Amino acid sequence: LYHVLLTEMYSSVLKRGWLSLGCCGATSRAIHLSSAALLNKTVLYDFHVNNGGKMVPYAGYSMPVSYDKVGVAASHKHVRSACGLFDVSHMLQTRVHGPDRHKFLESLTVADVTALKPDTGCLTLFTNEDGGIIDDLIVTSTSQDYLYVVSNAGCRAKDLALLQQQVKRFTDSGSKVELEVRDCDALIALQGPQAAAVLQAACSEELSSLMFMSSVQCSVAGVEGCRVTRCGYTGEDGFEISIPNDKAVSVCEALLSSKTAEVQPAGLAARDSLRLEAGLCLYGNDITEQTTPVQAALAWTIAKTRRTEGAFPGSKVILRELKQKAAVRRVGLVSSGPPARPPSQVVDQDGKLLGQVCSGCPSPSLGINVAMAYLPLSHVKAGTTVSIRVRDKLVPATVTKMPFIKSNYYTGK
Amino acid sequence: MAAVNVLRSFTRNINLGNHSAKATIRWHFQIQRQINTSSCFMADRRYSLKHEWVQLSGTIGTVGITNYAQESLGDIVYAQLPEVGREYSIEDECGALESVKAASELYSPVSCKITEINTEVEEQPALINQSPYEKGWLFKMELIKPEEFKELMEEAEYEKFLKTLDS
Repeated sequence: LYHVLLTEMYSSVLKRGWLSLGCCGATSRAIHLSSAALLNKTVLYDFHVNNGGKMVPYAGYSMPVSYDKVGVAASHKHVRSACGLFDVSHMLQTRVHGPDRHKFLESLTVADVTALKPDTGCLTLFTNEDGGIIDDLIVTSTSQDYLYVVSNAGCRAKDLALLQQQVKRFTDSGSKVELEVRDCDALIALQGPQAAAVLQAACSEELSSLMFMSSVQCSVAGVEGCRVTRCGYTGEDGFEISIPNDKAVSVCEALLSSKTAEVQPAGLAARDSLRLEAGLCLYGNDITEQTTPVQAALAWTIAKTRRTEGAFPGSKVILRELKQKAAVRRVGLVSSGPPARPPSQVVDQDGKLLGQVCSGCPSPSLGINVAMAYLPLSHVKAGTTVSIRVRDKLVPATVTKMPFIKSNYYTGK
Repeated sequence: MAAVNVLRSFTRNINLGNHSAKATIRWHFQIQRQINTSSCFMADRRYSLKHEWVQLSGTIGTVGITNYAQESLGDIVYAQLPEVGREYSIEDECGALESVKAASELYSPVSCKITEINTEVEEQPALINQSPYEKGWLFKMELIKPEEFKELMEEAEYEKFLKTLDS
């Protein structure tokens, strides 16, 4: 059988996703049919199929991995040079209401939510009692008196249980907080150097004053009630746009037919290679309940004002690691030859095991292989050489700072 | 004098309960016939279930992947070919092909000894996508068990097999 290794994004367990390219009719058909029956569809499913999307199971949804006639590398490069459109409606969107909403979210995350300026957001983490990461998420403080939260599709059940349990604890003790799940909204990501120009033509908001991580409620392509947040998962300038479900297709079609620049639909494969080049973590692969923020090189998400005992779950472990460093750290690796992919072993010159690749792929923009791995502190300095075991070969690799490619976040300058 | 094996195969579609999937059962008949070899022989191309093709000239064969395989893989960025001189049994892992999104092992479609590899493809893996049957050939080999070749699918059968996969 041709076994196709596809790094399954947002999976809660580090595992190989095997997609059978062509197996005896019976088995693959049986598997496909039984799993197809259980998959969710976003409101853009037909839109994907009509645009030649190759649909695959992902986090319980049928999502486009790529689109016909456009290779993954070409799709990736198009996002970096022009503009790509991603469906991210499978992600969990929630709103937190009530006067105690900031304290509420602070009780679960490492962010200083209270300090967020109106209509700005930040990347933060839900942590567990052992200091591990439950999920990574973006929280935005809106001027409509709610916190807007976007978290991973693969962690949906877990995140909802966490949030709902905490709401109950808060309300039982007299605090006022309410959780609203926004399954009524689709979510798309428009990414690339042309994204702003494309969106500006479809939006009355002055985007030149919308900075990275800022958010605004506005109409897009004539559709009221959209939220535009200047953020993304590619390292490029771009926007995530929340749209009422029944209007999602029309907004996407309007953006695809933009005369300002060529907007191409882009799928999960390009999304993965783009975020990896940008050094961004994929929950389930690079960060898990067994990795702490300090190990993951995400200490910067822990707001200075939150670095006190008991401020968030796992604070004891995390504060100790902030002080004394962690034994391992997530680093970037570059190599040539056969690409390093999870769970390839990383070894030193004596063949001693140092760690495992947690993400890896050939970089379409750079023409080399890029990967991430957790290595002991003795081997985290940029320039350190290690080897990666790929099948039966030892491939030399070099530790590199991330991002692998320069980011283009919009700062107004 | 050469023996020409005429292969007859039959397929039957079976309904597998509520999955409604199709299983293929192949029954083989072999009829041996003696034929004069002074006439030219056809360079025969056959296909494996794993989307490799084998083109035979006598007992030397050329192996590559099919158009279906290269399309599914996407742009190939790295080709790891088998070792020249090494022997592989049928379905042994003998190499790998890598694209941005996928890594796919190469399996030896027949038991063979590797005589040559396509170094052009090692340098320019995109050739496999551009020309999977010609310039993108992967390796040449000597058959160890010639009868295995006839177990592979002929073109028509492979095309039919592909139709069962498209969902």
